[in-house]
Amino acid sequence: MSRLAGLFSELKNQGRKALVPYIVAGDPTQEITLPLMHELVAKGADILEIGVPFSDPMAEGPVIQLAHERALANHTSLSKTLEIVSAFRKDNQTTPVVLMGYTNPVERMGYSEFAKRATAAGVDGLLTVDLPPEEASELSAILAEAGIDNIFLLAPTSTDERIAQTAALASGYLYCVSLKGVTGAGHLDVEAVKAQMDKIRAHTDLPVTVGFGIKDGASASAVAPHCEGVVVGSALVESIAASSTDAAKLAACELIADIRKAIDSI
Amino acid sequence: MTKQAMENRFPDFRNFPDNKGHFGIHGGRFVSETLIHALDELTEAYQRLSADPAFQAEFDNDLAHYVGRPSPLYHAERWSREVGGAQIYLKREDLNHTGAHKVNNTIGQALLAKYMGKKRIIAETGAGQHGVASATVAARLGMECQVFMGEEDIRRQALNVYRMKLLGAEVISVTSGSRTLKDAMNEAMRDWVTNVDNTFYIIGTAAGPHPYPMLVRDFQSIIGREARRQFAEQAGGQPDALVACVGGGSNAIGLFHPFLEDEGVAMYGVEAGGHGVETGQHAAPLSAGIPGVLHGNRTYLMQDSDGQIMHTHSVSAGLDYPGVGPEHSWLKDIGRVNYVSINDDEALAAFRKLTLVEGIMPALESSHAVAYAEKLAQTMRPDQSIIVNLSGRGDKDIHTVASIDGIGIE
Ligand SMILES: Cc1ncc(COP(=O)(O)O)c(C=O)c1O
Repeated sequence: MSRLAGLFSELKNQGRKALVPYIVAGDPTQEITLPLMHELVAKGADILEIGVPFSDPMAEGPVIQLAHERALANHTSLSKTLEIVSAFRKDNQTTPVVLMGYTNPVERMGYSEFAKRATAAGVDGLLTVDLPPEEASELSAILAEAGIDNIFLLAPTSTDERIAQTAALASGYLYCVSLKGVTGAGHLDVEAVKAQMDKIRAHTDLPVTVGFGIKDGASASAVAPHCEGVVVGSALVESIAASSTDAAKLAACELIADIRKAIDSI
Repeated sequence: MTKQAMENRFPDFRNFPDNKGHFGIHGGRFVSETLIHALDELTEAYQRLSADPAFQAEFDNDLAHYVGRPSPLYHAERWSREVGGAQIYLKREDLNHTGAHKVNNTIGQALLAKYMGKKRIIAETGAGQHGVASATVAARLGMECQVFMGEEDIRRQALNVYRMKLLGAEVISVTSGSRTLKDAMNEAMRDWVTNVDNTFYIIGTAAGPHPYPMLVRDFQSIIGREARRQFAEQAGGQPDALVACVGGGSNAIGLFHPFLEDEGVAMYGVEAGGHGVETGQHAAPLSAGIPGVLHGNRTYLMQDSDGQIMHTHSVSAGLDYPGVGPEHSWLKDIGRVNYVSINDDEALAAFRKLTLVEGIMPALESSHAVAYAEKLAQTMRPDQSIIVNLSGRGDKDIHTVASIDGIGIE
């Protein structure tokens, strides 16, 4: 069983929801990413989503775009990101790590080479935002062979047919985009998410996390009853960016502790 | 080459793209899930409407009476004589309403928007020609229009920015990344994801996710269909070569596509060599790039060894793009079209030359094709012919050329 499958079955037994923070590797320095990862786990994260910097992050709002730009300014590549995960695994063998990024860096490295190096580094899953199921069969097969979960997005615009098609290819969990928009958008609609979740459940037993627009304990605990996990991206990236010293950046992870408390008490 | 040899050598061009938008390994749909439904809707609407006589009649009527088609095919006799080789013909897309080939496509896509009931259109623009063409059709159809443009391009193409404003469009300055066309396209995609229900995204070149490369090609193919007929009428037979500049590739595919099966017609797509392909400061992915994924399609890209998209350079904003339409990538792979490059200096010299010798001032983009045609003509005989796609007029570039000359124009 992959770390992700194990985690979700454990959480289910405990009646708890997964808390999934997102940060971008190398934002704003390569040195801070590793301590941030450990701190996020200490504050209650169950899965870490690590953004792989890309020059053209088409699906991101302004906050995460800037994070990609800061990371690229210090040349944080996919290779470097894998090194950071490797270093994380020295002290943590249990928390699943999912890389979230865009197709081109993975394609440039080569699908097989990526799978090999990601396995060696201890990566558990990959989510490529701009690789929908119809273009993903080759990469999916290679990842499956390597035991890396392939995570896909589902959107408010996904039809029943697409939900079924996506679920058939996905493993680990499905990532439900809560709204029509880019990351960091402010118009989360809990009723719409609930309806969307009902549609998804009709097609799959995979765990589903919800992301885009979850920014604090209140929004997380409004959404959490309807899914298996919540993803917190822009709000975390922004509060880390707003803190000037490394110590203050680590302290900004307190947001995750707040959200943990909120979703554990619903 | 015989027809049989051609048939053996190349696949049937009419079968491309496949039903998922692939041209060989290129093309496809690489977008986030939210947009898939909108692309399906667009594909379905395009399939239905392109077979609908009412839609076709409206498109043809607009091209004739609003754009001013057919555009002339002009035998540039004086220039041909001076060059001293092949006869050079200019396909005068510069004479279209709004001054470039771009309007052929915006008319087509805006009609799709109208038939699909979308009230708002968005567009990305580099040189501003596609933005102007989009603002123009939006004004005419009474639609709301927002144009995304890189901060750097807003500076270089101030005249077109003001034109768009006069036409009632809102120009949104894009300050992310390299602040040029590719970033404008990212921002347009972000807007589209957010407003997908009421918004039609008019992509300005033969790139992007399926079905865009196909429908832009189809709308622009009027260029090649006319040129083929006009050449037969004026000169008899077929031209020996076609030359067009390649930014994203829409004017080039528009000229080339109706000739792809004509085995005797050689084709040259001219990329922006910037300071020289060997310097790395250029915008010539087909000459010096490798395949990858950007803006919804797989295609040749200028990228570094980490898979990051590189900054490009060209004196012409309309060619300053690190990718290219996927059909061109495929035509390169199968060897049907030759892709070459022309540097900034050569393009500027051609801009001046054509202006002085023929009284026709080409856009800096088109000047790349003009410069290459001159080189090519010199290697050919006077009984041979070349058609150059004069994709746009140079009025928008006078500011740029003047500042290179050290002259400030207020
Ligand atoms: C006059 C003109 N020619 C050519 C181009 C390049 O675009 P494409 O390669 O799509 O024809 C542009 C783009 O702005 C243009 O304005």
